[in-house]
Amino acid sequence: MTTVPTTTSHGPTGAAAADLRSRPGTPVRLEGLTRRYGPVVALDGLDLEIAGGELLALLGPSGCGKTTALRAIAGFDRPDSGRVLLDDRDITGVPASKRDMGMVFQAYSLFPNLTVAENVAFGLRVRRRARSERAGRAAELLELVGLADRGKRYPHQLSGGQQQRVALARALAVAPQVLLLDEPLSALDAQVRVQLREEIRRIQLELGITTVFVTHDQAEALSVADRVGVMRAGRLEQVASPDELYERPATAFVAEFVGTMNRVPAILTGGAVELLGTRRPVTGATPAGGPVVALVRPESLVVAADPAGRGRVVTRTFSGASTRVLVALPDGVEVRIDVASADSQLLTPGAPVGVTPADRPVLVAPAEPA
Amino acid sequence: MTALAEGVAGAGSVEPPAPVRPVRRRGGWRVAVLVVLGLYFAIPLAASTWFTVRDRGAGGFTAEHYAGIPGAEGFAAAFGRSLALGALTVGLALLLMVPTIVLVELRLPRLRTTVELLTLMPLVVPPIALVVGVRSVLAWAPEHFYGTPVAEAMFALQEPALPWILVLVYVVLALPFVYRALDAGVRGADLRTLTEAARNLGASWPRVLVSVVLPVLRTSVLNASFLAFALVLGEYTVAAILGFETFPTWIVRISGSQPQLSVAVSVLSLVVTWGLLLLISALDRRRRIEETS
Ligand SMILES: Nc1ncnc2c1ncn2[C@@H]1O[C@H](COP(=O)(O)OP(=O)(O)O)[C@@H](O)[C@H]1O
Ligand SMILES: [Mg+2]
Repeated sequence: MTTVPTTTSHGPTGAAAADLRSRPGTPVRLEGLTRRYGPVVALDGLDLEIAGGELLALLGPSGCGKTTALRAIAGFDRPDSGRVLLDDRDITGVPASKRDMGMVFQAYSLFPNLTVAENVAFGLRVRRRARSERAGRAAELLELVGLADRGKRYPHQLSGGQQQRVALARALAVAPQVLLLDEPLSALDAQVRVQLREEIRRIQLELGITTVFVTHDQAEALSVADRVGVMRAGRLEQVASPDELYERPATAFVAEFVGTMNRVPAILTGGAVELLGTRRPVTGATPAGGPVVALVRPESLVVAADPAGRGRVVTRTFSGASTRVLVALPDGVEVRIDVASADSQLLTPGAPVGVTPADRPVLVAPAEPA
Repeated sequence: MTALAEGVAGAGSVEPPAPVRPVRRRGGWRVAVLVVLGLYFAIPLAASTWFTVRDRGAGGFTAEHYAGIPGAEGFAAAFGRSLALGALTVGLALLLMVPTIVLVELRLPRLRTTVELLTLMPLVVPPIALVVGVRSVLAWAPEHFYGTPVAEAMFALQEPALPWILVLVYVVLALPFVYRALDAGVRGADLRTLTEAARNLGASWPRVLVSVVLPVLRTSVLNASFLAFALVLGEYTVAAILGFETFPTWIVRISGSQPQLSVAVSVLSLVVTWGLLLLISALDRRRRIEETS
């Protein structure tokens, strides 16, 4: 996104510093990538533009083609058609070993017979760098990922989180132009996962390296990415910043995949929707009039204790400042509603309540034949 | 399952735990099996040893038959030849199978069953059938191709000092064992991810093979080598039928005139093979302990 003016790019920075602090990030572009495995279409004409220095998250359910896309970028897999461009250069046919990209895998991938420091220095050894340079660089990167004192250990002596940190250091040691992360945190437990994703983001910003972060965890994608690409069946549904994705999902699929979404039956007439006894304007793609399903966020519903209300509280889940209330409406519809914890005193299970939509436009999807 | 059942039963009991009976019975079985197995191997071995150290003339014991081994007529040549054949067989079998298995694992997983069946063939086809076929070809080809390089090659293969034809046959016979040993190693490691990580870091394919695959498969390569080597050191049928003198055929040849010497050699070779096996596993364990400490 940011292009450094060429006149000032011949900076006085020393080689080592320039190495680690990286050049201005390199843009990557995917054009019409298609990949079939027999009858399975893993990638279906995928187009994607990743700006230099950007962290783009590829988000989608399992089997939607995220790994296949990443492997095409890394060069492990040749797409049936389409192109991969690095800095406007077509690299579709370049072998993986010559692509200058660092990758962290979902599975633990450290070389078991090498120490942590030797693992980090592997790429430099392959590049025939001097021993002293390798050692210095490995130390520098282990410092960066917070494992400066573990260089002499072997991989099996590290925890899962530490192994993935080392894998990250190893991928970054050769100062690649692009960093590729394939669900690097999915094997770790929740606490480590949150901590490590923040660290990945910190390092990525520090180095300014173009990064593709594949995940099926929407919270992970929203929290670290500059932009998120939501994939479905080998295609991108929407590419947008996290808040835009959350506030203005382009499709019902995105709306339901990102964050929690309530599905409430409603009637569509003349550009507005009849929802829970209230009329609200419609946003986004609009199906034909008639019965539809309104997609409403938990914070876009208002719940109040009301002896005449038609809803009943089912459960109440406290989570700090806010409390989530599950309300059963007539006709077997259940909705999740977030309220400030301070206002939730009366919303005990069994209490009669009234539910109304907040005053904002509503996203609708075609009604399912139930 | 039994342990779990006992654990559950133990947890429920109020009295101090006294489930000794099933434990002792299981332990008893273990001992019985060990004893039977031990006797099965120990009796022939002990009998052989007894046969070689008993001094028939004076009574008492003698080491004379063991002392006589190095100087025995034909021993050095036959034993040296077998060692060379073993080394060549191991080298060729590994050169053939390591890349094949890696290739199948990484690139052609659908061929796995085919390769597995192919490597099983030598177990199904009796060595005798194999060797009769080989002998027919060796007899027929030089005549048919007389004066051509093919005939020359056929003769070269049958050089009595170092019969390469035996190496070729032994590689085939060793395939089932080598394949299985290597396959166990490949299945135990995530080779695909490791090689991709190495490729991603800029390593060429030969580099990946040497720096990543071989170290990861180290234990199974050692196992495969040992099995192939032991097979060559003990193989009699093929060498005898093709008329080459190897260590086993030499033992049989002298057994008529010097029975005690021949058995002494057998006992010794068993001990040496066994020692080699211990050495390999000790080396492997030391590497692992080094990596752990
Ligand atoms: N090597 C392969 N052989 C056959 N099918 C594959 C292969 N790799 C991926 N697929 C199929 O392609 C689809 C996309 O896979 P993948 O990219 O791994 O999904 P994701 O990473 O999003 O979970 C899946 O249906 C998967 O079964
Ligand atoms: Mg995947």
